[in-house]
Amino acid sequence: MKSFTKFIDSFGAILLAVIWIAPLLFAFWAATHSTSDAVNLKLFSPWTLDNFRVAWSGAPWLKYFFNTFMLVTVILIGQFFLTTLAGFAFAQLRFPGKDFVFILVLMQLFILPEVLIVENYAMVSRLGLFDSILGVGMPYMASAFGIFLMRQSFKGVPIELHEAARIEGCGLLGILWRVYVPLAKPTYLAYALVSVSTHWNNFLWPLIVTNSPETRPLTVGLSIFGAPENGVDISIISAATLMSVAPLLIAFLIFQRQFVQSFLRAGIK
Amino acid sequence: MSAHANLERRRQAIYGWLLLSPAAVLLTVFAFYPSIATLWSSLFSRHTRRNPSEFVGTENYADLFADPTFWLVVKNNLFYAGITIPVSIFIALSMALWANSKISARGFVRTAYFTPTVLPMIAAANLWLFFYTPGLGVLDQIGSLFGLPSVNWLGQPQTALWAIIIVTIWKEAGFFMIFYLAALQTIPVDLKEAADIEGTSRWTYTRRIVLPLLMPTTLFIAVNAMINSVKLIDHLFILTKGGPSDASKLILYYIWEMAFAFFDAPHAAAITVLVIAVLGVVAAVQFLYLDRRTHYQ
Repeated sequence: MKSFTKFIDSFGAILLAVIWIAPLLFAFWAATHSTSDAVNLKLFSPWTLDNFRVAWSGAPWLKYFFNTFMLVTVILIGQFFLTTLAGFAFAQLRFPGKDFVFILVLMQLFILPEVLIVENYAMVSRLGLFDSILGVGMPYMASAFGIFLMRQSFKGVPIELHEAARIEGCGLLGILWRVYVPLAKPTYLAYALVSVSTHWNNFLWPLIVTNSPETRPLTVGLSIFGAPENGVDISIISAATLMSVAPLLIAFLIFQRQFVQSFLRAGIK
Repeated sequence: MSAHANLERRRQAIYGWLLLSPAAVLLTVFAFYPSIATLWSSLFSRHTRRNPSEFVGTENYADLFADPTFWLVVKNNLFYAGITIPVSIFIALSMALWANSKISARGFVRTAYFTPTVLPMIAAANLWLFFYTPGLGVLDQIGSLFGLPSVNWLGQPQTALWAIIIVTIWKEAGFFMIFYLAALQTIPVDLKEAADIEGTSRWTYTRRIVLPLLMPTTLFIAVNAMINSVKLIDHLFILTKGGPSDASKLILYYIWEMAFAFFDAPHAAAITVLVIAVLGVVAAVQFLYLDRRTHYQ
């Protein structure tokens, strides 16, 4: 009886798993076969890399990859800098108005940047940042979520270490840099993974703010490439899709454990 | 002594505000000011070449409430939330219970469940396009094996929103599973042992012990799923563009379309204000709930 329920469990779990990755597997299959073989699901048709070749030459992918890479880097640097300073102020300093400002920051957790697209677009244009990578990245830099995360992490640092560094003659910023930042390394790693995968995949805001291949990230490039008016077929779209998700997907498969743990750490604290 | 304490206090205040200022400036520029500006511009008429924009009070809101499309979009989004939230929570829970039990191929199962989480919504939509395309798509191919007629899943009002919903569930269930998985691992083993000694069935154990202990996680996930039901709309751009005849249009897509396709910023602002108000209520509920949880600890 016990082994029977175990069998049912395994069967259900694996069946769901197969259903869950089926779209990826089909895309892989479509991308590696000619279009007519792919849509007719001919199982023993020959493999080909032509679709990747056609897809690659159909759009400036290298530029798109570079733009996405620059975008996530710029956002991450900005976030590390801003959230470290603000998180430290909230965690370890006492000053009037702190609680009030902290509540304002928490409010931003619910005012999603996605919802404010109209006014943020006006603001970015006003600042002369329209169609620039900085313009895409700026609204995400002062992340309330990141500030909250860093504050929690810094609060866990023993006050003795702070005092010891101060007695050694370390200034406040020195203490932050030499004591708090090194101890928060796991939090930085977790935050980095979450931030990179979020912004690698972001679409709506970059769609609005970018207007040329010079700044367009992968997601926007992919949507333009696959638009029906371009008339590309399903095999080529699949190839382009797989190309654009490959870096993150491969990174995920290699660092699976860290990935999952980062999402957890970021979500629960 | 008191002079020294005073100096220290002043030093902390100066440092505190200095450290906060970069984040405060950006938050003001990209969150607080735009929120207020949205509210403000929702009270003005649209600026055209002939008519400069003028104060119209709540007229934009009245327009929206009188517009059947607005209500259709609200209804769509409520339906979208009403299906995606419970279904993805249920699937996430099943996934976590499986991924946490001693089954074969557990590593593969966990990876498979979580994989959609790292894909962009745009890529997910492209993958599903291959399923939904009439005639050529995988669903139709499977259907034709059983002699079913070809269905244009994305092209007819009855099925378009469902097609969108399925992609969303596929995308977020694996993400929510992770939180359940973490919570399951904190349940002490003795509870399971005690239940086994008592001869409790697995169903009773799950229903009476596991589910109540997972309640805080479920609430956390529910809030996230609620926010996602506003946020996750990227696949509309690929799959349906809100159509056919607005049958699959969701609020954020509607805002985008209003502002960037029809250039009607005031009405877009009015919808944005309504969305922020709803999110504010969700926030308030969550803060109250978080408060309660800290009391328990």
